[in-house]
Amino acid sequence: MVSMNDNIDAILSQHRDAKRDSLIPILQEVQESCGFLSREAVLKVAKHLGLPAGKVYGVATFYNQFRFQPQGKFHIQVCRGTACHVKGSAAVLESIKRTLNVEAGQTTRDGLFSLEVVACIGACGLAPVMCVNGEFHAQLSSDSAKDIINNYKKQEVKS
Amino acid sequence: MTMNLNIEVNGKTIQAKSGETVLTALRRAAIQVPTLCYMEDLLPTGACRMCVVEVEGQRNLIPSCAYPVADGMKIKTHSPRVIRARKTVVELLLANHPDDCLYCVRNRNCELQKLAESLGVRERRYTGEKSEHKIDSSSPSIVRDPAKCILCGRCVRVCEEVQGVSAIDFTKRGSKTVVGPAFNEGLNVSSCINCGQCVMVCPTGALREQSYLKEVINALKDPNKYVVVQHAPAVSVTLAEEFGLKPGTDVCGTMTAALRSLGFKRVFDTSFTADLTIMEEASELVHRIKNGGKLPMFTSCSPGWVKFVEEFYPDMLEHVSSCKSPQQMMGAIIKSYFAQKEGIEPGKIFSVSIMPCTAKKFECQRPEMLDNGIPDVDAVLTTRELARILRMRGIELGALAPEGADTPFGERSTAGKLFGATGGVMEAALRTAHFMITGQEMDSMKIQALRGLGGTKISHVKVGPLELGVAVVSGLLNARKLLDDIRAGRKDIHFIEVMTCPGGCIAGGGQPLGTNLDAVRSRMQALYKIDREEPVRTSHTNKWIERLYKEFLGEPLGHKSHELLHTHYAKREAVI
Repeated sequence: MVSMNDNIDAILSQHRDAKRDSLIPILQEVQESCGFLSREAVLKVAKHLGLPAGKVYGVATFYNQFRFQPQGKFHIQVCRGTACHVKGSAAVLESIKRTLNVEAGQTTRDGLFSLEVVACIGACGLAPVMCVNGEFHAQLSSDSAKDIINNYKKQEVKS
Repeated sequence: MTMNLNIEVNGKTIQAKSGETVLTALRRAAIQVPTLCYMEDLLPTGACRMCVVEVEGQRNLIPSCAYPVADGMKIKTHSPRVIRARKTVVELLLANHPDDCLYCVRNRNCELQKLAESLGVRERRYTGEKSEHKIDSSSPSIVRDPAKCILCGRCVRVCEEVQGVSAIDFTKRGSKTVVGPAFNEGLNVSSCINCGQCVMVCPTGALREQSYLKEVINALKDPNKYVVVQHAPAVSVTLAEEFGLKPGTDVCGTMTAALRSLGFKRVFDTSFTADLTIMEEASELVHRIKNGGKLPMFTSCSPGWVKFVEEFYPDMLEHVSSCKSPQQMMGAIIKSYFAQKEGIEPGKIFSVSIMPCTAKKFECQRPEMLDNGIPDVDAVLTTRELARILRMRGIELGALAPEGADTPFGERSTAGKLFGATGGVMEAALRTAHFMITGQEMDSMKIQALRGLGGTKISHVKVGPLELGVAVVSGLLNARKLLDDIRAGRKDIHFIEVMTCPGGCIAGGGQPLGTNLDAVRSRMQALYKIDREEPVRTSHTNKWIERLYKEFLGEPLGHKSHELLHTHYAKREAVI
C-alpha cells in the first residue's frame, strides 16, 4: 500500500528546487492526494521549502480551501454564496453544525461526516443548497437539512 | 545624508531628509504621533493605522510610518479628523478586548490602555464578539493569552526578523486571526527559545512572563526552607528604572539591602559565578586550542541561544562550551560547597535567582540541571517580578542604605559584571585566557572593538604568540548568519560569544517594559563605568574564586568542576 508519506514525498520530489512562492500549489497537491493536510505533511512541506512550520501553518489556515482533518465518509459542502445567504443558508449551516456537533472544517468523531463551507457552487436556482459527496440537495430549511443528514446516517447503519 | 527638505507640520516648518518616512521626521522634531505596529529598525507594515496624519492635497489620511517625506509637504498631526480616526481604531480594538484591566499584569503599563486614555475613550461604542481563546501556559517562561492580543504583529516580527526563530505567526483569518505556534499547539513544544523579546514588544498583556512569585513567597514564609538569592550582573543597573530613577543608575547596594528585607537569608552575586564561568570557559578554550579541539568555541551562558543550537544547528553542538551558565554554576555550588560549609541539607535550600531573562526560567528546569533530582536553582524571577514584590512589600529602594553581598559568593571582579552587556563575556574571557596562555595580564583590559550595541562585532586579538579571531553576536538572526558562514567553511574565528537578546542581558526579556534603546545604552555605560573604576578587573584575580578552587573545586576543568559546573547538550526535537 502506498502510504500518505510516500505520496507527500512523491509530490515534493516534483518540486525539487521550489522556493516559498510554490507553497500554495504544493499544499494544494498534497491535499488533493491525501484529502487533508496532516501535521506531518505541513512539517514536510515546511522543511522542503526551508520555511518555519508556523509560517506554513499560518498560510494554510488563512485559506478556506485547506482542511486539517481527514474527510468523512460523507463530505458535506454547504453553500454560503449570496443567493443561498439571502434564502437563509446561515440557519441551514447552524442546524447542520448542531446536528453533527462539529464546526466547519471538522470531521465527526465516527469519521462519518465532514463539513465544509463553500462560497458559490453555481446552483443559485436551487438555493439554499448543499452538496453531499457530489449529490445536490435543494431548497433546504433547517429541518430538511437535519432530516437529510439523518437519512445518510440510517443508510450507513443499514449497510 | 543632510537635512535637505522642509516640511510644514501643524503650521511650523521642520527639516527632513529625503528618503525617510514622515514618522521619522516627526519623531526627530519631538512631535508625538502614537503607533502600535511600528518597530524601530524594521520595515514598516502600516497595519495598525494609529500613526495616520493629514497631508494637504491627499484625499485620505496617510500612515506616517510608511509614507516618505516630500519637500513642501503640509501635515497636520492632531487635526480633529486625525484624532477621530485614531480614536475609532482604538475603539474597534477594544470592541472584543477583555475588560479586566484591574486584574491584568499590564495594568497602568499597557499601550492600548494608554491610547484609550489619551484619546479620551469613555464609552463603548462598538461591542464585538469576545474571543474565547484559552491561555497557553505550557511554557516555563512565557504565558500566551490570545484574548488580549490586538494583532499588531510585533511579536511575530521580532521572533522572525530579530531572532530568526519564527516560533509564532498569524494563523487563520479575519476576525478569527490568532497569533500562535504551528498547529495551535503549546509554546513548550514549539521552537520558542523562551527569550521573551516578544514580551518586550507586546503592547498589551497578551504575552507575559510565567511568574514564580507565588513559589518564592511561599518559600520565604516556610520555616523549613533556607531561602537564598542570587542576582545577575544586568539587574542592578536596570532595576532603578522600575522605581522612576534614571536609566543606568546602579542600585547594587540598595537592592542587596532590599533582598535582605524580603527575607532572603543570603544574597549572592551571580557576577561571582560569572568569574567562575570565565575560569572554566577560558580553560576550556585554551584546552581546545592546545589539543586541537573543536573550534570555533561558542559561549553557553545564554539559555535561549543554547536551545536555538539544539533545535536548529544540532550538528554544531560540539562547538558550544560545556560550561553551565553563571546562574546554574551558582545554583550548583550553593547546594554543594555552601551547603557543606554551613551544614545545611541541600534539599532544604530554596535557591532563587533574579534574572533579566525569561529563558533562565526554562534553563533551571532542564533535566541536565538537576543533581539527584534536586534542581540547582529552584525559581527564577525577572527584574520586573523583583520590582513587583518590592512594591507589594512597600520596600522603597531609595529609603535603604546600601549593603554588601554575602560571602563566600559575594565578591566579584568587574569582568564578571561585564557579562551583562553584549561583548562582556568575551572581554572577560580574553583577559583570563591571556593570563593563562602568557602568564601576564593584558596591556589594555578594554577591547574597544567588542564594545557597543552592534549586532555583530568581529576582531582579531593578540594573545602572546597567538592571534585569536573573536566574534561577538547578539540577536539570534545575527548568530544564524555567522553559523551559516562557519558551516560553509569560514575558518578565521576561534571564539564566539553569543547573546540571545540584541544588546545582551541589559536588554533581556525580563527587563522593564516600555523602555527604549537609550535606556539600554545607559545600562551598558553603567557596566563600563564599574569596569573603569574598580580595581579587580579579572576573574582569575578574584580572591574568593582562588579560595573556592583551593578549598573545594581543585582546578578548572578538574573532576569536581566537571561534575558540578559542566554539562552537555543534545539535539532537541521541536516544531521548527
